[in-house]
Amino acid sequence: MKKAVFVFLAFFLVFSAARAWSQTHSDAFAEKIYDPGKRKPTDSRLKVELGEKAPDFTLPAISGDHVTLSQYRGEKNVVLSFVPAAWTPVCSDQWPGYNIVEAHFAEHDALLLGISVDNIPSLHAWTQQMGTLWFPVLSDFWPHGAVAEKYGILRPEGISERALFVIDKKGIIRYISVYNINKRPPLENLLEALERLKQ
Amino acid sequence: MKKLSLFTVLLLLFFSLPSASAASKKAPPKADDAFPAIALPMPQSPEHQNYLGLSGDKNSFAIQNIQTKVLIIEIFSMYCPHCQREAPEVNALYRNIRNNADLADSIKIIGIGVGNTAFEVDVFRKKYDIAFPLFADPEFTIYERLGSVRTPYFFVLTITENGPGKVIYAELGGIDGAKNFLEKILHLTRKPGDK
Repeated sequence: MKKAVFVFLAFFLVFSAARAWSQTHSDAFAEKIYDPGKRKPTDSRLKVELGEKAPDFTLPAISGDHVTLSQYRGEKNVVLSFVPAAWTPVCSDQWPGYNIVEAHFAEHDALLLGISVDNIPSLHAWTQQMGTLWFPVLSDFWPHGAVAEKYGILRPEGISERALFVIDKKGIIRYISVYNINKRPPLENLLEALERLKQ
Repeated sequence: MKKLSLFTVLLLLFFSLPSASAASKKAPPKADDAFPAIALPMPQSPEHQNYLGLSGDKNSFAIQNIQTKVLIIEIFSMYCPHCQREAPEVNALYRNIRNNADLADSIKIIGIGVGNTAFEVDVFRKKYDIAFPLFADPEFTIYERLGSVRTPYFFVLTITENGPGKVIYAELGGIDGAKNFLEKILHLTRKPGDK
């Protein structure tokens, strides 16, 4: 009997965790969005800290260029926006929001690099639905999630956390947000972090 | 036997739980349905209070208190590319109604930014220079009551003295041009016998 109760409780917990949760998605993606269900909010251990030099990397962009973080050293503040996966609900509505606040980034002499572990063709198809993005979108596909791993935000299932890093012109990490993967970080948190760069 | 029946009871109990889809998939109100009674925070700006015909120092108001016969509700998100592209057309719709003396007092528009914070709604308002009132629904409360629709989604409903009336239009997607949309709404609100 105990076994039956245990089985029931286990099923109950699994299914409760998988129950649908509210996240909007734009009709721009129509029925193409895959809902992975609710995931463990965070599932990795950071390998970088505030005040440290940001690990350098070079990644291919969907434009065909390669982008190296250190190329902006001395010129621009850089925001890294890691999103877990293309074609999923929260991620699909995150970068289009950043797409309408280019002026806020410019005001803080900052640029944005969008990064995911998806491959270039998937990222290309996905971001086409978002309109014309003003910022580069980089693929951390191969070696799989190597940059996410370097920053300590690669999850066991091979996707990155939903994470934001603000790196100043000296290459120093000034803001880190590893947000609940199931939710979108409020825009004001990031803009306040950019504001603090002036201090 | 005892074990079996207890296990069966547990199984039945399990399958009687709301399923993943059933739990959140409340159907959105459609044409001729009654629109749910929803409350919104009182707008801060006097212009918006005037536009909606609201007064008093309450923190919130019920949508049936909006002084209008017909209410257009745009469900949007600052993060939604379609909503961004549609914003100038919805502004045109608002202007067309405001500039028409016969319609200005009887058709009003509001927007509800679902999953958006007040700050994010404000970013959207400033970016697209939106003059009609926008409200934030950061915790998806209204979103869930309205059937968790994709964005943008437009509801048009009548407002009566007794509460929100019936839905006369409910569609996913854009408005297909401000002029077309207004004509459609006027057609739908026309009483039999009207010319």
